[in-house]
Amino acid sequence: MKPAPFKYIAASSLDHALTLKAEHGDEARFLAGGQSLVPAMNFRLARPAVVIDINGLDEVAGIDHGSTIRVGALTRYCALERDSEFLGCCALFADALPHIAHPQIRNRGTIGGNLSHADPASELPAIAVAMEARMRLKSARGERVLAASEFFQGSLTTDLAADEMLVDVEFPALPPRGGVCFMEMARRRGDFAIAGVAVIVTLDMEGRCSKVRLALCGVGDTPVDASEAAAPLVGQACADEPIKAAAAAIQATIEPAGNVHASADYQRHLAGVLAQRAIRTAYQRAVHAA
Amino acid sequence: MTTRFFGAPVKRNEDRKLLTGQALFIDDVELPGMLHAAFLRSHAAHARIKRIDVSRALQRPGVVAVYTADDYGAYWQPGPLLVPPPPIPRSIFNLRTQVPLAKDKVRHVGEPLAVVVAESRYIAEDALDDIDVDLEPLPAVIDLEAALRPGSALVHDDLGSNVSAHVHQSKGDYRAAAAKAHLVIKRRFAYEHGIASTIETRGVVAHWEARSQHMTIWDTTQAPVFVRNGLAAVLGLGERQVRVIAPFVGGGFGPKIMMFYPEEVALPWISMRLNRPVKWIEDRLEHFFATTHERGQIHDAEIAVTRDGRILGVKDVFLHDGGAYDPYGLTVPINSQCTLLGPYVVPSYDSTFTAVFTNLPIVTPYRGAGRQHGVFVMERLLDLAAHELNIDPAEIRRRNLIPADAFPYKNGIIYQDFSQLEYDSGNYEPVLDQTLQAIGYAEFKQEQEKLRAQGRHVGIGVACYVEGTGIGPYEGAKVQVQANGKVSVATGIGTQGQGHFTSFAQIAADQLGVDVTDVEIVTGDTDQFYWGAGTFASRGAVVAGNAVNEASRAVRQKALKLASDAFECAEEDLVLADGKISIVGIPEKFLSLGELAKRANPMRGAVKPGTEPGLESTQYFGPPSGATANGVHAMIVEVDPDTFDLKILKYVVVHDCGTVINPLILEGQIHGGVAQGIGNAFYEKLVFDDQGQLLNASLADYLLPTALEVPRMELGHTVTPSPLNPMGIKGAGEAGAIPVGPLFAQAIEDALQLKEKNVELLEIPLSPSRIFDLIKASEP
Amino acid sequence: MQPDRHEISISVNGTAYRRSVESRTLLSDFLRHDLLLAGTHVGCEHGVCGACTVLLDGAPIRSCLMLAVQANGHELSTIEGLASDSGELSPVQRAMHEHHGLQCGYCTPGILMTMTAFLKQNPSPSEEKVREALSGNLCRCTGYQHIVDAVMAAAQAMRAAAP
Repeated sequence: MKPAPFKYIAASSLDHALTLKAEHGDEARFLAGGQSLVPAMNFRLARPAVVIDINGLDEVAGIDHGSTIRVGALTRYCALERDSEFLGCCALFADALPHIAHPQIRNRGTIGGNLSHADPASELPAIAVAMEARMRLKSARGERVLAASEFFQGSLTTDLAADEMLVDVEFPALPPRGGVCFMEMARRRGDFAIAGVAVIVTLDMEGRCSKVRLALCGVGDTPVDASEAAAPLVGQACADEPIKAAAAAIQATIEPAGNVHASADYQRHLAGVLAQRAIRTAYQRAVHAA
Repeated sequence: MTTRFFGAPVKRNEDRKLLTGQALFIDDVELPGMLHAAFLRSHAAHARIKRIDVSRALQRPGVVAVYTADDYGAYWQPGPLLVPPPPIPRSIFNLRTQVPLAKDKVRHVGEPLAVVVAESRYIAEDALDDIDVDLEPLPAVIDLEAALRPGSALVHDDLGSNVSAHVHQSKGDYRAAAAKAHLVIKRRFAYEHGIASTIETRGVVAHWEARSQHMTIWDTTQAPVFVRNGLAAVLGLGERQVRVIAPFVGGGFGPKIMMFYPEEVALPWISMRLNRPVKWIEDRLEHFFATTHERGQIHDAEIAVTRDGRILGVKDVFLHDGGAYDPYGLTVPINSQCTLLGPYVVPSYDSTFTAVFTNLPIVTPYRGAGRQHGVFVMERLLDLAAHELNIDPAEIRRRNLIPADAFPYKNGIIYQDFSQLEYDSGNYEPVLDQTLQAIGYAEFKQEQEKLRAQGRHVGIGVACYVEGTGIGPYEGAKVQVQANGKVSVATGIGTQGQGHFTSFAQIAADQLGVDVTDVEIVTGDTDQFYWGAGTFASRGAVVAGNAVNEASRAVRQKALKLASDAFECAEEDLVLADGKISIVGIPEKFLSLGELAKRANPMRGAVKPGTEPGLESTQYFGPPSGATANGVHAMIVEVDPDTFDLKILKYVVVHDCGTVINPLILEGQIHGGVAQGIGNAFYEKLVFDDQGQLLNASLADYLLPTALEVPRMELGHTVTPSPLNPMGIKGAGEAGAIPVGPLFAQAIEDALQLKEKNVELLEIPLSPSRIFDLIKASEP
Repeated sequence: MQPDRHEISISVNGTAYRRSVESRTLLSDFLRHDLLLAGTHVGCEHGVCGACTVLLDGAPIRSCLMLAVQANGHELSTIEGLASDSGELSPVQRAMHEHHGLQCGYCTPGILMTMTAFLKQNPSPSEEKVREALSGNLCRCTGYQHIVDAVMAAAQAMRAAAP
């Protein structure tokens, strides 16, 4: 399990990195935290001819707190874990980060690497979709901004062109009277989810849901945006019946394939259970916030 | 002999090296000019080899050689039969052992087709891509029942069937027992045991030195002496020309035994051929196919019981998945067959198994070695009977335990070590009592009602087992006092973390009156100790430990004799302590052991007839048959009724492995065994598709339990010494792992009240998904 | 294609090294086979088992998931640097010995490195926190109980020794 040969270039600036990527296209891979790419290279499932190391690019690392929160692609999980202001604004991360692998991985893994890898069982893509994150993609040609839901195209597939890099992600801050919850079940803590649910419930002044965002991981080729299925919650206070109905609607929208850990039926069942629990918790947290 | 160390929780001698990164493991062997090997492995489970073209690989810079089966010439021969089948009348055993490189046909995914030797492992792996292989796929034999149907594809064409073995053993008259029984329960059980997945994979380094005509092989084997003898024979060398060293080995658990794996056979031959040292370190991906597994059995079993729950008989017909080759003989299914009887009085038993060749990696013993399968069947049958008869599960076990006055207890069938299955000693009921006490069985039953009323789903399980340990043939030990006063002990077994550097030192230290840290243990080096069998079947402490004791005692006698001559006094007037021998009452008059060792090797004067120079002795110990340990595990779990995930709230093990050498090490053995048992019961499953492809060949998908899945365990023990060896010890290596499957099934059924839903958990491993699917399938 | 090589300078356990490495050389292989610091062990080469854990600028990472060339300019700590120069074991090493926290010892280097960093950040951890921190290191021998005991004891010893 040793990587095939490649040419290694440590990019000296973002422009440098993008120029190199424009030159080498699909033959090249950006190396950020390496926690997905290097195992794939060790298994020789990935064989880039050129590896562009972007770890030195401070310009794409770090968290910017403004009206929205902008997180540089090279920001490592451990930096997110330590930033209490970020965790306050993007509370789904506070729920989800402990589920992402283990401390050693979180010390290296980056948010941009995770999202660009686009593993549908991974937590962050679902969170990005639930939060309606905006993904900024840059290339030597220029830049564009995509909604998270447009970014993820399929299993391990994104809308990134061969010369593009995801440089940062913009998350809207949690609205007032908003409550969130991320829940997942994996066989062991730190494993990819058999199913996971990220939900944001916003309440009106009367304590009724005014908006709900809900996305799932692990149950499709991409993170699944099931906000529409959950939409009947709008106008409802936290109560069993509407939550059960929403969960049933969510179950009807997903098409899990099953895997070595779980049957498709079980995944669908679990998605319903977790959706109910997560929605209820999000409501309660929203009430608390209000 | 005054016992100072034996029985005490002595801290381990070997720790310092391991804690500071100074212990030599196989991949730490670095030799000048060393080459690196990588194996091209079959991607197909069953295929005819049409062509292998290595010419492009040979052109790659850094590649030194590429070999296929054709290059081996006369060296190509199937591996040896490692363990012959026990002499059970009318048994069938079709021997087909693994081949060093596949020729004509591949029989499982991962079977090696060619080996590349290069200047680095990186380059060797590059060159694997350069080899052109043309395989013609054949239908894969995967399903055990389909494999036996007429018209099935054949793993070994010349056999005419996929039967590896067929064995019937019985005692009493089961049919008559069933006829008079109040209740007969019959079910189908499926039990899969996964892979050992040691954290260190396997590896071999071979170094042929042409000038001295000597071969040194470093090998992650549990049985270096066997490997030396076998390899010397096939290499055409004398055994004295071959030295096998099992250095520190990162976990064994069975599959690192003397398999004569293709890589073990290839490396020495390559080193001779190229006259350079060669290293091969198995990577994790290879480990999933190239190292042996344990896998599934399907049992159709029935139990006949009286109205009050006493066993009248058990009948079992089972299929055993042996994989593509059967070098390990019948060991695993025989263990299942014998261990099924457990600690119970079973007046009649009728057991038949068929071992089946499949196009899957080879099955050989892995911690428990088939015992789990049998224990699962028996424990589940008792649970089912208890439910039908409305008897408490712990109570039905108690009613059937072999009484203390019945030992030695003859089971009337033949065990893996060729002897009659006879339990040497035991006292089972106190073990059950202590377990129930520790888990709080009676209290829990009341508590459970309360918790259920609160909507919590908690359940309890209790499972019993016996463990055949410490089988022969023999082990030896050479104990030597060195001139510096330190004691050297050499044995022929390998060591993979069992604490032999300490437990053997405790035995020798007590005999020789030295500190335990002054005893240096050498294991796994055939030049240090010539004879032996290996570390398997929970036998290291029992068999080698007793040999160390015998040899230490002999050295003690020698030392006392020398000192009595020197002091011109009777041996009874001497005291051996603190590394010296003194005259009783005159402590200033002494000779140190080091000084005596020097005197035992004099420069002048003759060695008297009948004596030997040196303060040393080599002794052997071979038990007539295995010592039987026993135990009971109990567990309380809470299950999430919606996700079916579970949390272990309490885990208790009480066991009896005879006299204990080192309780600290023993605890570690039990803890580790339970952790593997938990993995087996609820996390670890090898998932093959119908083409024999392993779908979860990574540690991300083959789920070894972490510190979050393994609970704190509470241990207790009782001591019933074994009469089969002077120290009274029994093995403990597998005790933790054996009964965990039925424990999970029982506790989960109880927690979710599955019996009321007509759901029975009759298979292992379980998982949240599987429990959900079973419940769903039972719903109308 | 000619191997792509790079000059790197790194510090391991306080010793500076300058070496030429092929770009694809994993940090784990570089430490073990180039620097002959073989105390760092390799168990899976896909970032799951944790045996190869080393400290990169003080933080535990998987050395099998990092290229040696990426470590250029960084400081590494490995098991060989844990004991004092006079051979005195570190508190975690000592506690592992006293509590029988290792059997075959193969996973031990990764566990020592992970726990050394963990206790620096968390001087008074609960058992649950220790288990969480340990969950990225697989051990097949011990069932973890004695490791957890050792880490709790080491934490206590370190607190007692702290000024």
